Amino acid sequence: MQLARVIGDIVATRKEPAFVGVKLLLIQPIAADGQDIGRPLVAVDSVGAGAGERVFFVRGKEASFPFHPTEVPTDAGIVGIIDHWSTS
Amino acid sequence: MILARVVGEVVSTQKRPQFEGAKLLILQPETPAGAKSGASLLAIDSVGAGRGELVIAVLEGRAAGEALGRKLAPVDAAVVGIVDAVEVVESQS
Repeated sequence: MQLARVIGDIVATRKEPAFVGVKLLLIQPIAADGQDIGRPLVAVDSVGAGAGERVFFVRGKEASFPFHPTEVPTDAGIVGIIDHWSTS
Repeated sequence: MILARVVGEVVSTQKRPQFEGAKLLILQPETPAGAKSGASLLAIDSVGAGRGELVIAVLEGRAAGEALGRKLAPVDAAVVGIVDAVEVVESQS
Protein backbone atom coordinates (compact mmCIF):
# COMPACT_ATOMS: atom_id res chain seq x y z
CA MET A 1 0.00 0.00 0.00
CA GLN A 2 1.04 3.63 -0.32
CA LEU A 3 0.06 6.96 1.12
CA ALA A 4 -1.69 9.36 -1.23
CA ARG A 5 -3.58 12.61 -1.38
CA VAL A 6 -6.92 12.77 -3.20
CA ILE A 7 -6.55 15.55 -5.76
CA GLY A 8 -9.73 15.18 -7.77
CA ASP A 9 -12.45 12.99 -9.13
CA ILE A 10 -13.18 11.47 -12.48
CA VAL A 11 -16.47 11.38 -14.32
CA ALA A 12 -16.81 8.83 -17.11
CA THR A 13 -20.03 7.96 -18.87
CA ARG A 14 -18.78 5.34 -21.29
CA LYS A 15 -16.94 2.71 -19.31
CA GLU A 16 -16.73 -0.95 -18.43
CA PRO A 17 -20.13 -2.01 -17.04
CA ALA A 18 -18.48 -3.15 -13.80
CA PHE A 19 -17.50 0.48 -13.13
CA VAL A 20 -21.13 1.61 -12.93
CA GLY A 21 -21.72 3.09 -9.49
CA VAL A 22 -18.03 2.94 -8.58
CA LYS A 23 -16.38 6.21 -7.58
CA LEU A 24 -13.16 7.02 -9.43
CA LEU A 25 -10.75 9.42 -7.78
CA LEU A 26 -7.53 11.03 -8.90
CA ILE A 27 -4.79 10.50 -6.35
CA GLN A 28 -1.21 11.67 -5.94
CA PRO A 29 1.06 9.17 -4.14
CA ILE A 30 3.08 10.78 -1.36
CA ALA A 31 6.05 9.71 0.72
CA ALA A 32 6.07 9.52 4.51
CA ASP A 33 7.48 13.07 4.59
CA GLY A 34 4.46 14.32 2.61
CA GLN A 35 6.37 14.92 -0.64
CA ASP A 36 4.72 13.87 -3.91
CA ILE A 37 6.22 10.76 -5.45
CA GLY A 38 5.57 9.68 -9.01
CA ARG A 39 2.67 10.71 -11.15
CA PRO A 40 -1.02 10.92 -10.23
CA LEU A 41 -3.21 7.94 -10.94
CA VAL A 42 -6.87 6.95 -11.02
CA ALA A 43 -8.12 4.70 -8.24
CA VAL A 44 -11.49 3.22 -7.31
CA ASP A 45 -12.85 4.23 -3.92
CA SER A 46 -14.59 1.94 -1.45
CA VAL A 47 -14.29 3.93 1.78
CA GLY A 48 -15.98 7.24 0.92
CA ALA A 49 -12.85 9.31 0.39
CA GLY A 50 -12.97 12.80 -1.07
CA ALA A 51 -10.76 15.53 -2.45
CA GLY A 52 -8.13 16.84 -0.05
CA GLU A 53 -8.07 13.75 2.16
CA ARG A 54 -5.02 11.67 2.95
CA VAL A 55 -5.68 8.03 2.12
CA PHE A 56 -3.89 4.77 1.58
CA PHE A 57 -4.39 2.66 -1.50
CA VAL A 58 -3.62 -0.83 -2.71
CA ARG A 59 -2.22 -1.78 -6.10
CA GLY A 60 -3.01 -4.84 -8.20
CA LYS A 61 -5.90 -7.23 -8.47
CA GLU A 62 -6.58 -6.87 -4.75
CA ALA A 63 -7.91 -3.38 -5.47
CA SER A 64 -11.07 -5.04 -6.81
CA PHE A 65 -11.71 -7.15 -3.68
CA PRO A 66 -13.95 -4.58 -1.94
CA PHE A 67 -16.40 -4.99 -4.84
CA HIS A 68 -16.46 -8.78 -4.71
CA PRO A 69 -18.18 -10.66 -6.35
CA THR A 70 -18.24 -7.95 -9.04
CA GLU A 71 -14.97 -8.12 -10.94
CA VAL A 72 -14.06 -4.47 -11.29
CA PRO A 73 -11.22 -4.05 -13.80
CA THR A 74 -9.01 -1.84 -11.65
CA ASP A 75 -5.36 -1.90 -10.60
CA ALA A 76 -5.56 0.65 -7.79
CA GLY A 77 -8.06 1.16 -5.00
CA ILE A 78 -8.38 3.42 -1.96
CA VAL A 79 -8.90 1.19 1.08
CA GLY A 80 -8.56 3.58 4.01
CA ILE A 81 -8.73 7.22 5.04
CA ILE A 82 -5.82 8.28 7.23
CA ASP A 83 -6.37 9.99 10.57
CA HIS A 84 -2.66 10.59 11.04
CA TRP A 85 0.70 8.94 10.65
CA SER A 86 3.98 9.23 12.45
CA THR A 87 7.56 8.58 11.48
CA SER A 88 10.74 8.38 13.44
CA MET B 1 10.53 -10.28 -0.61
CA ILE B 2 12.51 -7.22 0.35
CA LEU B 3 14.45 -5.93 3.31
CA ALA B 4 12.99 -2.80 4.84
CA ARG B 5 13.20 -0.67 7.95
CA VAL B 6 10.05 0.11 9.95
CA VAL B 7 10.01 3.91 10.11
CA GLY B 8 6.47 4.71 11.21
CA GLU B 9 2.85 3.81 11.70
CA VAL B 10 -0.43 4.86 10.14
CA VAL B 11 -3.66 5.38 12.06
CA SER B 12 -6.90 5.04 10.13
CA THR B 13 -10.46 4.81 11.41
CA GLN B 14 -12.39 4.68 8.16
CA LYS B 15 -11.05 1.69 6.26
CA ARG B 16 -11.99 -1.64 4.74
CA PRO B 17 -13.11 -4.10 7.45
CA GLN B 18 -10.24 -6.51 6.66
CA PHE B 19 -7.86 -3.93 8.15
CA GLU B 20 -9.61 -3.91 11.55
CA GLY B 21 -7.13 -4.70 14.29
CA ALA B 22 -4.22 -4.96 11.86
CA LYS B 23 -1.18 -2.79 12.36
CA LEU B 24 -0.25 -0.67 9.36
CA LEU B 25 3.45 0.15 9.19
CA ILE B 26 5.46 2.59 7.08
CA LEU B 27 8.46 0.81 5.61
CA GLN B 28 11.59 2.23 4.03
CA PRO B 29 13.19 -0.36 1.73
CA GLU B 30 16.91 -0.87 2.38
CA THR B 31 19.78 -2.53 0.64
CA PRO B 32 21.55 -5.36 2.50
CA ALA B 33 24.21 -2.77 3.40
CA GLY B 34 21.60 -0.60 5.10
CA ALA B 35 21.19 2.19 2.56
CA LYS B 36 17.77 3.58 1.67
CA SER B 37 16.43 2.09 -1.53
CA GLY B 38 13.38 3.61 -3.19
CA ALA B 39 10.18 5.13 -1.89
CA SER B 40 8.50 4.31 1.39
CA LEU B 41 5.44 2.05 1.38
CA LEU B 42 2.77 0.74 3.72
CA ALA B 43 2.50 -2.87 4.83
CA ILE B 44 0.28 -4.72 7.25
CA ASP B 45 2.13 -6.37 10.10
CA SER B 46 1.62 -10.01 10.95
CA VAL B 47 4.65 -10.64 13.14
CA GLY B 48 4.59 -7.84 15.72
CA ALA B 49 7.31 -5.66 14.20
CA GLY B 50 8.04 -2.26 15.66
CA ARG B 51 9.66 0.99 14.74
CA GLY B 52 13.36 0.82 13.98
CA GLU B 53 13.40 -2.89 13.22
CA LEU B 54 14.69 -4.41 9.99
CA VAL B 55 12.06 -6.67 8.49
CA ILE B 56 11.27 -8.92 5.55
CA ALA B 57 8.24 -7.81 3.55
CA VAL B 58 6.28 -9.42 0.73
CA LEU B 59 5.15 -7.08 -2.03
CA GLU B 60 2.45 -9.17 -3.63
CA GLY B 61 -1.25 -9.34 -2.99
CA ARG B 62 -1.90 -13.01 -2.53
CA ALA B 63 1.04 -13.49 -0.18
CA ALA B 64 0.11 -10.41 1.83
CA GLY B 65 -3.48 -11.61 2.13
CA GLU B 66 -2.29 -14.97 3.37
CA ALA B 67 -0.07 -13.29 5.93
CA LEU B 68 -3.06 -11.32 7.19
CA GLY B 69 -5.14 -14.49 7.21
CA ARG B 70 -8.32 -12.83 6.02
CA LYS B 71 -10.26 -13.61 2.89
CA LEU B 72 -10.49 -11.02 0.12
CA ALA B 73 -8.29 -8.58 2.01
CA PRO B 74 -7.37 -5.65 -0.26
CA VAL B 75 -3.69 -5.65 0.68
CA ASP B 76 -0.52 -5.77 -1.44
CA ALA B 77 2.27 -5.76 1.15
CA ALA B 78 2.91 -7.45 4.48
CA VAL B 79 5.72 -7.77 6.98
CA VAL B 80 6.40 -11.48 7.32
CA GLY B 81 9.60 -11.59 9.39
CA ILE B 82 11.88 -9.62 11.65
CA VAL B 83 15.55 -9.81 10.69
CA ASP B 84 18.05 -10.77 13.36
CA ALA B 85 21.12 -10.48 11.15
CA VAL B 86 22.10 -10.04 7.52
CA GLU B 87 25.31 -11.60 6.31
CA VAL B 88 26.51 -10.52 2.89
CA VAL B 89 29.10 -12.96 1.57
CA GLU B 90 29.46 -11.65 -1.97
CA SER B 91 30.08 -7.93 -2.24
CA GLN B 92 27.52 -6.06 -4.34
CA SER B 93 28.62 -4.54 -7.59
